[in-house]
Order: sequence, then C-alpha cells, then structure tokens
Amino acid sequence: MIRVENLWKSFGRQEVLRGMSFEVQAGEFLALIGLSGCGKSVLLKLLVRLLEPERGRIWIAGQEVGALTAGGLESLRSRLGFVFQGGALFDSMTVYDNVAFPLREKTPLSEADIRRKVRTELELVGLLDAQGKYPAQLSGGMVKRVALARALVRDPEIVLFDEPTTGLDPVVSRAVLDLFGSVHRRLKLTGILVSHEIPRIFEIVQKVALLHEGRIIALEAPDRLCASPDPRVREFVNGKTRGAIAT
Amino acid sequence: MTRWLRTLGAGFMARVGRLGRTGVFFGQTLLYCLTPPIKVERVLRQVWFIGWKSMLVIALTGTFTGMVLSLQGFPTLRRVGSEALLGPLVALALIRELGPVLTALMVTGRAGSSLAAELGMMRTNEQIDALELLGLNPLRYLVVPNLLAALLALPVLTVMFDVIGILGGYLVGVRLLGLNEGTYFGEMSNYVETKDVVGGIYKALSFGVLIMWVCCYKGYYSRSGAEGVSAATTQAVVTASVLILVWDYFVTSLVF
Repeated sequence: MIRVENLWKSFGRQEVLRGMSFEVQAGEFLALIGLSGCGKSVLLKLLVRLLEPERGRIWIAGQEVGALTAGGLESLRSRLGFVFQGGALFDSMTVYDNVAFPLREKTPLSEADIRRKVRTELELVGLLDAQGKYPAQLSGGMVKRVALARALVRDPEIVLFDEPTTGLDPVVSRAVLDLFGSVHRRLKLTGILVSHEIPRIFEIVQKVALLHEGRIIALEAPDRLCASPDPRVREFVNGKTRGAIAT
Repeated sequence: MTRWLRTLGAGFMARVGRLGRTGVFFGQTLLYCLTPPIKVERVLRQVWFIGWKSMLVIALTGTFTGMVLSLQGFPTLRRVGSEALLGPLVALALIRELGPVLTALMVTGRAGSSLAAELGMMRTNEQIDALELLGLNPLRYLVVPNLLAALLALPVLTVMFDVIGILGGYLVGVRLLGLNEGTYFGEMSNYVETKDVVGGIYKALSFGVLIMWVCCYKGYYSRSGAEGVSAATTQAVVTASVLILVWDYFVTSLVF
C-alpha cells in the first residue's frame, strides 16, 4: 500500500533522511519511532507531498507520488487522512464545522447527509456533546480526537498520525492511542503512527520501524523488536540515556 | 577568500530566491482573484474585518488630521492674505495625499498586522498544511479574500477619511478661528477637481493591493513558533509602511 525507496531529504546542510526505504502492507498499522528531530514528521510530509525529496521515490496505492499531476495528487490526498501533531483544527470554526469542512468543500453531499456523517464520526470519537465548542475551549485530548474525526470523515484508506499524543497526560494519551487502535481495527485502515509512546504503541500496531541517522535500522513486529539483539534497538526501546543512539 | 565569496554568493542567491517567491506569490494571488471560484462569504467577512472594524480609527485619524491642517494652515495663509484658500488647502491635501496615505498606514497597523500574525499562526499550527491536504488551495482560500476585501474597503475608508477630515478642518477653521463658512466650502468647490478625487481612489486601490501582498506574504511564509510569527508581523508592518510611502511618490508622479 505504501512503498518508500531510497528517500533523501535535507534542510540546508543538515541531512535528515539518507536513503530511507520501507514498505507498509494494506491494512497494516506501522509505528515509526526514533529520536526527536530524526525526521519522522518529515517523512510523513514527504508521503503526502507537503515536502519534496531530493532523491528517492514513494508509491501509495500503486501511484508514484512524485509523478502525480495536481489533479492526481488531490485525488490521492482525498484517500488519505492526516492527524497533525497539534491537531491543526481551524480556530474560527466549531468542532462540528471543523469535521464538516472537508465534506462541505470537497463533496456534493447535502447538508443533511453531512450532518449525519459528522455526527457518526463525532460519536466514534466520543465528542458528540462538544460539537458546538471552539478548539480553544477543548482539552488537548479532545483536540486530538476531533482531529481524528476530521481525518476520518472522508472515509480514507490510509491514515497518518504525526505524534498524536504529544503534550497529553498518560491517561489521556492512553485513551487516545486506544481509540486510534480500535478505529484501525474497525475500519481496516492502513496507518503510520509516529510516536514516542513506547511500549504503549506496541499494543496497537502490527509493525514498528526504528529510524536512526536517516535510515530505518529495524522493521519488525513489536515482540520481535523488543527481543532484537541490535544494541541500538535495545537502547531505544529500553529508553537508555547513554549508548550507541543517545550520546 | 573562497569561503567569503561562497557566503556572499549564497546570501545573494537566497535573496534572489525570496524575491522570486514574492513575485510568484503575488502573481498566483492575482490569477486566483480573476478566476472562479471566489469565496464570496469569506470576502464579505474580510470586508467586515478590514473595512468595518477600521472605521473608528479612520474617523479619529481623519478628524484630527483635518483639524491640525486647519490649525497650521490658517495662520500661514493669513500671513499672505489668502486665508480664503483654507478650504482648498485642507481638501486637496486630504484628497490627493493624506487621505489615501494615512488610511493605508492605519489599515496596515490595524488589519495588516493582524492578518500577518493570523497567517503566521496558521503556518505554525499546520492549519495551512491541513488546508492543502484537504484539497483546498490555501492562497485561494486565505489570501484572495483579503486582497479582494482590501480592494473594496480601502477606497471607501479613504473617502470617509477625506470627508471627516474636511469636517474636522471646518470645525477648527470656521468654528474656532472664525473663517466664513461659505468661503471654506465655496473655495473648495472651485479648486477640487474630479481628477483629484479619482487620483486619490487609484492610490487607495494600489495601497490595498500593496498592504495585502506584503502582509499576507510575510504571514504565509512566517517561520514557525512565537518568535517567527512576531518577526513576520513586525516585518509586514514595517515593509508595507515603507513601501506605501515609496509607492506614493511614484503613483503621485504618474497620476497627478
């Protein structure tokens, strides 16, 4: 479903991705872990072409992302959902309007159909009662849940989560991750989750990729990753502050 | 020496790149202004924000500008025995010059700064990226309504500034300093021509484009974080204000 081949990206003299390659099968939920600033969020933005790579190719659902025309890219993006780190909700709109926005702007649905669809999504994330509130009136966890509802409202096949639990307390963070896991199971989505929530994310994903120095150095099922003999993997998974990765 | 040249070259290329990006931003915005779909509801909302919400500050500025013109102009004109020309002095100064320029500077300070900060925050909070991923063109959705709203609001605000300024001049010149009311308005109609008013409107329109181009560009390409948004807002106001005064010279030499 998603294939990345020899991806390179730098900002000025700083090389962030250096020949990264990996694959995600349809219906698979992949966690992408790595040190802060190692390029995880950059990778997600490259996948949806918010950034352009220097080298390398990306295929999503059989289409090469870099070769798409503007129309082709828009069509591909309509099949994707993206949950941003801070939610990226529109401040001037209520929760309801934020979720309804993609449908109003990009589909011919009637307002009654939109209402039905938005209510279903808000019910799914448990925020039907908050539909009249503005983003500034929501807690961090609620913002992330609204962002998920907005990402799901166009029935995407693939959802990308960019550190969705940043800034949340452990209880809310757990609830948000459980929600993502249950949504993934129920809707059979393909997903990539960028997160530092180790080992919690191991319960909801099928595979984990460890990004280090611009490359994927391990891509395994969570239990196999935890048993990896690679000292760099063990160090990261166990959160050691000194070693081959953290210096 | 080589390193120095390389740094100089890189700095020059970065500036050329930024200039090119500014031009592309302006060109694309103009193109989207001329091609449907136009978000009429957003245009009207921005007319309310840029135009309606600036009225109080424009009224206050206009009143006191007119008043001080009379206060300064009356004794000067009396020295040469031409106090009858106070009306034309106030009216021409306002209509040709001060009305459009001061209105534009006030709108830059009140609305332009706010729009730059808003776009900067949207960039920081990834709302602009979110729009793009939802298949909406951020320029068409966020910038075009501001430009169209400024084109509608600036001429109206400028005319309002002129009228209120003339009334402010009347208050001081006629009510306070004792000039004859008929002289104040009568001489004004003798000297003020249609081309003066039209020239002022042209200026207002061009300033509207300039303010939105600079302020929206600075906000749209703001660096992330509070510092980035703050820098973008300051740069937007300073650059737009300076460009208004520079452009005013050229447009005056072209129009009048």
